[in-house]
Amino acid sequence: MRIVTVRRLSQALFFAVFTWFCIVTTQGTEWWQLRGWPVNLFLRLDPLVAIGTILSTHRLYAPLLWALLTVVLTIIFGRFFCGWLCPFGSLHQFIGFLGNRKKPLAKRVQLNKYRKAQCIKYFFLIFFLVSTALPVAGWVSLQSGLLDPICLITRSVNLTLLPIVDSITGTISATPRFYEGAYLVLAVFFASVFLNLLIPRFYCRFICPLGALFAILSRFAIWRIGKNTSECSNCKLCEQACEGGCEPASQIKISECVLCFNCLDSCKDNVISYEAVPSLGGEVTSPNVSRRGFILSVASGVFAVPAVRLTGWLADNWPHKLIRPPGALSEEEFLKRCIKCGQCMRICPTNVLQPTGMEMGLEALWTPVLNNRIGTSGCQLNCTACGYICPTSAIRPITLSEKLGLGEYAEAGPIRMGTAFVDRSRCLPWAMDKPCIVCEENCPLSPKAIYTQEVFNTVRDGTLTVKKISANTIETIEKIMQPGKFATGDYYCAAGDVQRAKIISNTENSIEIAPNAIHGETLSKGSKINVQVRLQRPYVDIEKCIGCGVCEHECPVSGKRAIRVSAEGESRSPERKIVLES
Amino acid sequence: MGEQDNGNFRRRDFLARAGKAAACACGAGAAAYWLYDSKGPEAAWQKQQLVTLPDFSVQEEPGRSMCIATGPDRKQTFNKAIDLLGGIERFIKSGDTVLIKPNVAFATPPMLGATANPELVAQVARLCYSRGNAKRVIITDNSINDPASCFQLSGIGKAATEAGAGIVMPRPNLFGHTTLAGGKLIRNWPILYGAFEKVDKVIGIAPVKDHHRSGASMTMKNWYGLLGGRRNIFHQDINTIIAELATMVRPTFVVLDGTEVMMTNGPTGGSVSDLRRANTMIVSTDHVAADSFGSKLLRLTPSDLPYLAKAQAAGAGTTDYKSLKPIITEMAG
Repeated sequence: MRIVTVRRLSQALFFAVFTWFCIVTTQGTEWWQLRGWPVNLFLRLDPLVAIGTILSTHRLYAPLLWALLTVVLTIIFGRFFCGWLCPFGSLHQFIGFLGNRKKPLAKRVQLNKYRKAQCIKYFFLIFFLVSTALPVAGWVSLQSGLLDPICLITRSVNLTLLPIVDSITGTISATPRFYEGAYLVLAVFFASVFLNLLIPRFYCRFICPLGALFAILSRFAIWRIGKNTSECSNCKLCEQACEGGCEPASQIKISECVLCFNCLDSCKDNVISYEAVPSLGGEVTSPNVSRRGFILSVASGVFAVPAVRLTGWLADNWPHKLIRPPGALSEEEFLKRCIKCGQCMRICPTNVLQPTGMEMGLEALWTPVLNNRIGTSGCQLNCTACGYICPTSAIRPITLSEKLGLGEYAEAGPIRMGTAFVDRSRCLPWAMDKPCIVCEENCPLSPKAIYTQEVFNTVRDGTLTVKKISANTIETIEKIMQPGKFATGDYYCAAGDVQRAKIISNTENSIEIAPNAIHGETLSKGSKINVQVRLQRPYVDIEKCIGCGVCEHECPVSGKRAIRVSAEGESRSPERKIVLES
Repeated sequence: MGEQDNGNFRRRDFLARAGKAAACACGAGAAAYWLYDSKGPEAAWQKQQLVTLPDFSVQEEPGRSMCIATGPDRKQTFNKAIDLLGGIERFIKSGDTVLIKPNVAFATPPMLGATANPELVAQVARLCYSRGNAKRVIITDNSINDPASCFQLSGIGKAATEAGAGIVMPRPNLFGHTTLAGGKLIRNWPILYGAFEKVDKVIGIAPVKDHHRSGASMTMKNWYGLLGGRRNIFHQDINTIIAELATMVRPTFVVLDGTEVMMTNGPTGGSVSDLRRANTMIVSTDHVAADSFGSKLLRLTPSDLPYLAKAQAAGAGTTDYKSLKPIITEMAG
């Protein structure tokens, strides 16, 4: 079998595996849903994730040890990951092939020639690594996930493509999925994919920081592509489909070679081979990074984090709407680990976990945040899925006992994501004298963190004058009641210090009350009665509330909710607590 | 493509071009004519095709409308109760498609009693198949929490599937707008109508639960799970909406499970200490009567639950369950 056929099979296989893992990351009982598949496989094999978190935390989180395999294989064989395994790279190669296959040979050679701008990807890599590694003013931030191809394609497929397919076919998730600001994720994805029509593997050649990392790692690769004779017919057939743009016909740029083997396959004279001896055409083994470019990218990396932190997002000006999932590390530690892959938002059964937009600071872009207005029901009490899927432990894998503060965690108490606040200017029982308490009803804790206090309020124009009393009916002089309005079981008739009586029904000038409630002798013609509504007004017990947001999700004031969670009181930032321990 | 040599431009070329231009212009004119709208859009109200639920009840048999079976084992008490009412064969005919609407509102484990008991749901489904010869049994609910999680964590998904029943998830395309005749609240409101397609019989299964707003959540409140949209708005007038739901749905029969009763912290519960063992199972063709009896299990009276009287007034059933001469049976513990 031709080597390029094997390579294509490998690419197709890994692309299929990647797609399959995206699909099965769905909660449910079907065979094609979550069944213990290693859905983080590609993120674990990605050494940029491992090295990034090592630089920021000085630890190698256990599952990321898989990256060592990729690193060692790359050191020995070169950039096999780019050419054989990377699902994003395979996609680029396929689109580039479709877009350019009908162009004449000379044009294709021209498209696939080496360009100086290919050094830009190294600038990105240096920028990310420096901002992750150097604690300028004690601040570091892991931002490589923005452009890391595995994070990018994982995020794009899970948060945009699958939900769009699902909204059309309705087959994957039980209820439609929504992701706020997903268009930005999709725009980056589409831009990367369609740039292949301009230059094949545009992203891989110019942008990919992971490719840049592999390029550096392959500096001492034992086997390389090269010419086994210094002379050849110079037909350029080898360069017409060169995926890396590494010019195998002349001096091959080893760091740019993605091991696509197209050169080897297309050479009619078998001049090109993959061997341990250096190319007889000569080779350039190191990336072409100018000193100026290097200094520029280091300097950008040094200043980037301090620059964005000048907003005070991690100090007193912290964004209170940034409600992190249960088990999330303190914000500073969280930003050292989160790679914006979106796996937590994908697995979240209720869809409450959302990609953060720009409004919470540039650093937090596409990191997980709870938006209780989206999804099926706030953060589900009996669920810890996000921590278990998080590939870097930015969200710790907590047990249910730890989340709920049971057993050995009883003293520490439950993990709080924030605190719910009743907005009394919008709440129906507080502001509009309408019964409601949907929030109380849905509070999942036992005992509930939302409790109510009963009040009876006289309704507008509810003070009436008695005209006549007979049996259970009070006739009033005024004829101003809307018939049936007070018949809901929530309205009462009060008079002086007499026991209130429940109203059964009313006409415009009479009220029927529950039997044996008010007696004729206590009321007479001319007495004043008050029509009152019974209200249960909600209060949040701040010592119990964990900020799960189910109340906010269910609040019938559907625009700006009348009960809203904000991040005060979250367990991960003790300095943000608002009440003293009792 | 479309290239023309200027030197050879002839009269016939000009005529051909003029003909095409005329055709295009006529096409544009025709399109404008067909699409012309002299009035503009009408105010907000969209005229929708309204749907209505059919009546799923079976022929009444005096003295066989309600059975109260006491005992600790749900399967036994339900089996006994349904037998005393004439057996499942009285309700389910061979070839029927049966829809079971259990309470699957919350994503909580079965032991907390916030959802219908999975074993009971499975038993009802099994009986429909084995003795009722039902063609198909489907189970649905528009849960409050995440539906997939609710079906999974409540154990109802697994138990029902094992009993051969199909789960219908509340997908948006299954909702249709309905207006209840004489209804005040259910007007042009989305309900889970798609699940009822080709359904012949409907069975409601609900636990007895405390409910802070309405007093109690039982078989009538269970129909809330058929509503779509931002249905929480109806909590402003909870008694009317429950009464209207009881009028809208005419079930074949309902099963009110008072084996364990949620006395406090309802309707979510969250702790086994919220539950009390009452060992009572009610099977009734009249959900108003079932709930009227059920109020006692919560140590309430029917007059504490205004929706019962409202439902009775609307003709959905009777609050005087004794008038149905309920069959009372005791099973050994």
